[in-house]
Amino acid sequence: MMYRLPPVPGEWIDRTRRLDFTFEGRRCAGYAGDTISSALAAGGEMILGRSFKYHRPRGILSFANHDVNALFQVGALPNVRGDVVALEAGMDVAAVNTFGGLQHDRARWMDSISRFLPVGFYYKAFHSKRLFPRWERMIRRMSGLGRLPLDAPRVRTPKRYAFCDVLVIGGGTSGVTAALHAADQGSKVLLVEESPYLVAAADLNARAHAHPNIEVLCGSYAAGIYADNWVALIELQRMTKVRAGRIVLATGAIEQPAVFRNNDLPGVLLVSAAQRLLKRHAIAAGKSVAVLALTRSGYEAALELLDQKVTVTHVIDPRVDADGNLAEILKARGVIVLAQHGVHDAQADSAGCLQSITVRTAAASELRIECDALLMNGGWAPATQLLLQAGGKVEFDPAVQMHVPSILPAGMQIVGRAKGEFASAAPPPQASPVKTGEGAGTLVHEAGASVPSLAQRRKDRMGAPFAFAADPRGKDFIDFDEDLQVKDLEHAVQEGFDSIELLKRYTTVGMGPSQGKHSNVNAARVLARVRGLPVNAVGLTTARPMYHPVPMKHLAGRGFAPERATPIEARHRAANAVWMLAGNWRRPEYYSLNNNPREHHIAGEVAAVRQAAGLIDVGTLGKIEIHGPDAGEFLDRAYCGRYSDLPTGMTRYALMLDESGTIVDDGVVSRLDVNCFYFTTTTGGSATVYRELLRLNALWGLNCSLVNVTGHRAAFNLAGPRSRDVLSRLTSADLSDGGFPYLGARAATVAGVEVRLLRVGFVGELGYEIHVPYSAAVSVWDALVRAGANVGLRLFGVEAQRLLRLEKGHFIIGQDTDGLTNPLEAQAGWAVKMQKPFFIGQRSLRILAKRGPRQLLVGFEIAERMPALRECHLIIEGDDIGGRVTSVAYSVTLGKTIGLAMVKPPLAVIGTKLEIRLTDGAMVQGVVCPTPFYDRENKRQKLEGAT
Amino acid sequence: MSEFAYGGEVRDMPDPDHCSDADWTGYVFNRSGIAAVKREWWCHIASGYWFIAERDTARDIVIDTYSVDKLRPDVRP
Repeated sequence: MMYRLPPVPGEWIDRTRRLDFTFEGRRCAGYAGDTISSALAAGGEMILGRSFKYHRPRGILSFANHDVNALFQVGALPNVRGDVVALEAGMDVAAVNTFGGLQHDRARWMDSISRFLPVGFYYKAFHSKRLFPRWERMIRRMSGLGRLPLDAPRVRTPKRYAFCDVLVIGGGTSGVTAALHAADQGSKVLLVEESPYLVAAADLNARAHAHPNIEVLCGSYAAGIYADNWVALIELQRMTKVRAGRIVLATGAIEQPAVFRNNDLPGVLLVSAAQRLLKRHAIAAGKSVAVLALTRSGYEAALELLDQKVTVTHVIDPRVDADGNLAEILKARGVIVLAQHGVHDAQADSAGCLQSITVRTAAASELRIECDALLMNGGWAPATQLLLQAGGKVEFDPAVQMHVPSILPAGMQIVGRAKGEFASAAPPPQASPVKTGEGAGTLVHEAGASVPSLAQRRKDRMGAPFAFAADPRGKDFIDFDEDLQVKDLEHAVQEGFDSIELLKRYTTVGMGPSQGKHSNVNAARVLARVRGLPVNAVGLTTARPMYHPVPMKHLAGRGFAPERATPIEARHRAANAVWMLAGNWRRPEYYSLNNNPREHHIAGEVAAVRQAAGLIDVGTLGKIEIHGPDAGEFLDRAYCGRYSDLPTGMTRYALMLDESGTIVDDGVVSRLDVNCFYFTTTTGGSATVYRELLRLNALWGLNCSLVNVTGHRAAFNLAGPRSRDVLSRLTSADLSDGGFPYLGARAATVAGVEVRLLRVGFVGELGYEIHVPYSAAVSVWDALVRAGANVGLRLFGVEAQRLLRLEKGHFIIGQDTDGLTNPLEAQAGWAVKMQKPFFIGQRSLRILAKRGPRQLLVGFEIAERMPALRECHLIIEGDDIGGRVTSVAYSVTLGKTIGLAMVKPPLAVIGTKLEIRLTDGAMVQGVVCPTPFYDRENKRQKLEGAT
Repeated sequence: MSEFAYGGEVRDMPDPDHCSDADWTGYVFNRSGIAAVKREWWCHIASGYWFIAERDTARDIVIDTYSVDKLRPDVRP
């Protein structure tokens, strides 16, 4: 049984601060500086959890953030890692994955039926579709770890960005040394350590903390390395996204378990786990300790325990050439050293904890040793997961029985145990025998990154032969996360899953929460044994990000979708606007004046525009100026129409295609001066259109330049038969038809502000687009509203505008057209000047014109109201799809339902009856009719009919 | 937020007045996916400056960047 020792030099606990907590409903206590597991261990709790599949009792194994059988439910938080998470007063701790508590887990029986749960059990047993739902419910109940209460509080974790010249991952001796070296040379260093403190020698740690060029970040692990040295650092409550100039991996090595029967009993733990418990938390691994040592670290741990007056009875060393000097020292202190012996079996007491072990020699003579703790060291595996993620490679070196780095990615170095170099006093390595990735350049070389020579590694004697004592009775675990025994892997290989990748997927070895940190190497060794291959021939599975499981809270981002508002925002709000999003702009859909339904308000807004005047905020349109002698030529090439011959003071519709001849944007071009045009783009397209125009300008090298003034100017459309009356009250400019004709553009002073006026007809009435400097937008808007008050001017929103334009038969790009629509199909051939020398999409249009249209955009009408008819409803022709509705609405003005539809060319003839299928399958009939639906001769927008 | 926007590979446009329909269609629709050192359009978003980057797409390494002027004779219409 573990117990707390008197103070140990350098311990991390504060014995003056006692922390009370509960475990499985019982009162417990630890000290500040304890982790959950160390506090429980100090109180003599050996069983900390139940295993995933067989519900076997488990205790501390690694005490290094890989103890996945010691996960706890702490209040609402599931799967808290007890080996690393700091104890807090008042914690309510319980083991996960139990049915009715840790001691009396009702799923204990799983262990006794384990031989009926062979590898691949799920694949073999649950392939029946009929029975699967029942099995699924059972499996889901049995499997899984902690529970997430659905009413758990929402936790937000901050994200931080950081930059450094050198990121050192790992705060042990080699990491701190590397950090100091880089910092002394003037580099800005970020030093990251998973533990709460740096873990090198005290003087090194102190130097690192004091160094002005080093930022130390403890309690943080590097979860993943992504492109261009972008590394995610995870702390308990924060993620840091760091971009590093260079990365130094000082991630150390992960101790590997030995394989023998019952190697998972509470009381059997890794040598390094016992050392961490001893030095950091002053906990003895047991009252009577035995050590299975395959490297000198087992001997060193035995000495450290003896120094703290812990009873160590035996050191068992399977090697032929045991560490002679260390063995002599231990013998002198009363420890029995059993050379060329191996542990073959461990026995449990009635509580399920370690009671004794059986030790055998090669000659099979057997010895039983009573002990309550067995420290095992089955060798070391360099922690190369991050190296592999970054594109590096490792090779199994049989001389030292380790996977060591063989290829380093550019900008990365690896130091210390992570590259198989253990002797901390070793001289700096000489010329580099390691191949660096192409393009690694001098970065790797200059810091002397290399793997140690073979001779050096052999001298270290830290590579261990495979401590392997498979037992026909099983329970000789390879994977402690997934409860996989040697025979499970052997059976999988026999069934044909005999490559390392197939073995992993079939058995799930290495797929548990510790991601194979204690199982991948031994699984590769078992596979090599069964297949009679050397270990380096079977390979190793790739370690993908994340290095550790990362709580979802760190990965969950906050939606960052900024919305743009025009300067009139506050006025819209005051007028009870109902908002909608157009692109990333917030726009009024309509204005809700009272409790009447939506349609009522929209119809009212439409009526105001048709009969008196309406005002809409169109400041969301993209607005671009182009200056220079070649400005007209540029627009001629970029758009379908011709603008070089556009007279100053006039506007012209502009349609933009891509290279394949597809419509991508439209707007209005106005010529302000010989060398200056001002033009608009759609609301959604402004950013991309502007960027593409800049690219074309760079490509063509014409003598002109573009300025995006979208945010610089507000714009309103004042439309309706009374719009001229309203505007004339605010300006002395000549608004007469002769002075300012349809499609004209003028600079004018309105309400004391210099504005640009464009006479446009988008909604089919006399109308003016008024483009106003941003800062003066609200005063002009207010003046227009006041001036229109006594003619019945109303504000109108996007919905009313959509209906008004539909009555005029105008298409909306992206609604009535799609990613394949060309202007011939959209019946916009009038806007295309094919005789120009060149424009984007022209050559493709020539091909498309020869081919003929595959679809045509037509207007249709239905005499009645059709509330169930929606955009996207299909037009049926016989048994086939003949087209689709792209716009549809009931026009109060016209007293009928009108719409646009994209149909096959034979259906586009005026008078054709379209069979339209509604959502519920009912059919309605529309009739193809000419457009515009309203004011077919376009008289109203030109002046005639305006009062 | 991204600092640079990708604008596709630099492709030599055939003479629209003298190339065949098939050649033109190939230019418009076909792209080479072969990993190699490619000339690419890139835009520095904040300044609106377009430039050419030569990038090894196999290793995602930018080898060279230069002004569009250096290209113009062979790609402008």
